[in-house]
Amino acid sequence: MPEAAAPPIDDVRPLRKLYRSGDGRWLGGVARGLAGHLGLPVIWVRLIFVGLFTADGLGGLLYAAFWFFVPLGVGGVDAQRPPAAVTAETMPDGRRRLVARKPDKGQLVALLAMVVVAMVFVSNVDLDGSTKAYVVPTLLVAAGVALVWRQADNARRARWMAVGRRRRTLTIARSAAGVLLVGAGVSGIFVLQGSAAHLGAVLQASLAVLVGVALLAGPYLVRMMQDLSEERLMRIRAQERAEVAAHVHDSVLHTLTLIQRNAESASEVRRLARAQERDLRAWLYKPEGTGKDEDEEPDTLAEAVRRSAAEVEDKHGVPIEVVVVGDCPLDERLTAQMQAAREAMVNAAKYGGEGGAVQVFAEVEGETVFVSVRDRGPGFDLDSVPDDRMGVRESIIGRMQRNGGTARLRMVPGGGTEVELEMERTATT
Amino acid sequence: MSDATGANGPTEPTGTDEGGGADGRRVRVVLVDDHRMFRTGVQAEIGRTDVTGVEVVGEAADVDQAVTVITTTRPEVVLLDVHLPGGGGVEVLRRCAPLMSDAERPVRFLALSVSDAAEDVIGVIRGGARGYVTKTITGTDLVDSIFRVQDGDAVFSPRLAGFVLDAFASTDAAPVDEDLDRLTQREREVLRLIARGYAYKEIAKQLFISVKTVESHVSAVLRKLQLSNRHELTRWATARRLV
Repeated sequence: MPEAAAPPIDDVRPLRKLYRSGDGRWLGGVARGLAGHLGLPVIWVRLIFVGLFTADGLGGLLYAAFWFFVPLGVGGVDAQRPPAAVTAETMPDGRRRLVARKPDKGQLVALLAMVVVAMVFVSNVDLDGSTKAYVVPTLLVAAGVALVWRQADNARRARWMAVGRRRRTLTIARSAAGVLLVGAGVSGIFVLQGSAAHLGAVLQASLAVLVGVALLAGPYLVRMMQDLSEERLMRIRAQERAEVAAHVHDSVLHTLTLIQRNAESASEVRRLARAQERDLRAWLYKPEGTGKDEDEEPDTLAEAVRRSAAEVEDKHGVPIEVVVVGDCPLDERLTAQMQAAREAMVNAAKYGGEGGAVQVFAEVEGETVFVSVRDRGPGFDLDSVPDDRMGVRESIIGRMQRNGGTARLRMVPGGGTEVELEMERTATT
Repeated sequence: MSDATGANGPTEPTGTDEGGGADGRRVRVVLVDDHRMFRTGVQAEIGRTDVTGVEVVGEAADVDQAVTVITTTRPEVVLLDVHLPGGGGVEVLRRCAPLMSDAERPVRFLALSVSDAAEDVIGVIRGGARGYVTKTITGTDLVDSIFRVQDGDAVFSPRLAGFVLDAFASTDAAPVDEDLDRLTQREREVLRLIARGYAYKEIAKQLFISVKTVESHVSAVLRKLQLSNRHELTRWATARRLV
C-alpha cells in the first residue's frame, strides 16, 4: 500500500504554517511548500521563481532565502495524496521505505526552463566585463551550497521516515562534491580579484585557517554533538516512561479498583480481569504502529476474529481462547464468515459456557479461510431445534451458504459442539 | 484463574490413567518464576504431594538462582518462566544444557508464561523446553502436563500449536533440509486439532490413531522445531504472514 509519509490530517487545522515539502521536491521543496500553502499548482510557483530569476537573479536569492529559513516539514501539496515523485511503500514491519523517485513532467519542465533561463541570464546580463567574470564562480558556489543543503535535508528526512539506509559513501560524496564546488567558486572569486600568481598563497592561507579552526572548535563541536544526542536519548526515555505510566494508570489501576469493588461477584471479577488482560496484551505485544482505536473497523481477518471474540467474551462472561494462523485482508465473503463465526461464539458462550473456555481457531491457507468454534458444553442436536428458532440455521449455516461457503456443526467425541466454517476468499487482483 | 484448557484439555471425570499420584507415581519439580505470588499459587495448587504426586523440591526467582537450585536438587521437571531477570528462561536452558542431555536422569523443562510474543515462546522451545503452557492453565491440567514432560513427551498448548503452524507456514523459501524444515500432513493435522482445543485423547479418536501415536507426532514436531535451521523460525514473527 503506497502512501505518503504524512501524519493524519485533522479536519480542522488550527494554523497553517509554511513548511518546505519533504516529498517530491526537486531542490529544496520550497516551490511545493509554497504551492501547498497558497493553494496554487506547483508548476506555477516554479515558473514564477524561474521568471524572477531573470530579474537580476532575484528568484535565485528568494529561493535560497526560503530554503534557508523555512523548516522542512510535511506540508505542501495535498499531503494525503502520494506525490508522483516518491512512492513510499510500507514494509511489513511498518517502516516506510522509499522505493523509487521518478521525476514527474512538471519537474522536468521546470528544470529545463531553469537551465535555459540561466543560460540566457548569464549571456545577456549587461554587466561590465569585470563583474561578468564573477557570474560563473558565483553560480558554482550556489550549486555547491544547494548540494550540501539538499543533503542535510535528506539526512533529516531519513531520520523521520526510517528510509532504508542509503549507502554512506553516496552521502559523503554528495557533501564533498558540494564543498568542492563551493571551494572552487570561492577560489575563482579570489583568483579574479587578485591574480593567478597569488592562488597558491591564498589556498595555503585558507587551508591553514581551516585547520586552525578545526583544531580549536573540533573537540568542542564533538562534545556538543554528544551532549545533544545524549539529551535526546534521555528525553525519549522519559517520554516512553511517561507513556507506560499513563497507560498503566488509565487502564490497569482503574480495573484493579473495579475488581476490589466487585469482589463478591466472581463472574464480574473474571470479566474485568479478562478484559484488562486483553487490553494490556494488545498494548504490549502489538508491533509499533498497528495499534488501533477500539471504534475503528478491523480490516484484517485476525483482527476481526479477535475483536468478535473480545466482544462476545465481555458480553457473556465466558473466556474465549483465540488462535489465529496466518492472516489476510477482509473481503465481503470473509466479513459474512466473521458474522457467522461471531454467532457461533455467542451460541457457544450461551449454551456451552459451563464446560470451560470456548476455543476459537482461524486459519488462512492459500485461498481458503477456515474458522472453528468449539465449546465443551452439553452439545445439541440441530434436528431437535424447533423450526422457529432461526439462530443456527439462518445466521450461521444460511449465511455461509449464501456467500458460497460451508458450515458444519458436529458433536465432538470428547463432549461439546464444534462449528466449522469454511470460505473461499474472493479472487484478489 | 480462568478455566483455560491446557495442553490436555479438561480431564474427564471418568477417571484418568495418568496425572495425580493415583498410580503412585512421583515427580520432583522445581519452580522458576520471578513472581512470588505466582509461585505460591502454583505450590498451593500442585504441591500437595499425597494428592497430586508432585513434590516441589525447590524454587528460584532469577537465572543464577535457578541454575544453582536445579544443579543441586536435580529435579525431573522444571517449570520455567519465559521472562526472568538475568537473561530469561532461554539463559537458564543454555546453562542447564548438560543436565538436559544427561542419559541417566535428564532434567526436563516445561515453559510457563503469560507472554504472547511468539518469538519468546518459540525461543524457549528451541532452547530445549519440552513444551509450553500459559499461566491460566488449571492445576489439574498442569499436573497432567508435568507427568507428560516427565515421560519425555511434548506438551503443546493451543497457542503454541498456532505459533508453530505459523512458523512452519508454507513460504517460497526453499527448505534447507526437507526432513526438518517441513511438517508432514499428519503432523499438521495434529497441530491444527491442538490449536482447536482438542485434548490428545480426542485427537486420537478423531484421527483413528492411538494416543501414543499422537504423542509421537507432537514429539516429532518439537524435534523439528528445535533442530530446523530455517531462518524464518527466528525471524518469522517479525512479519506476520498476510496471504
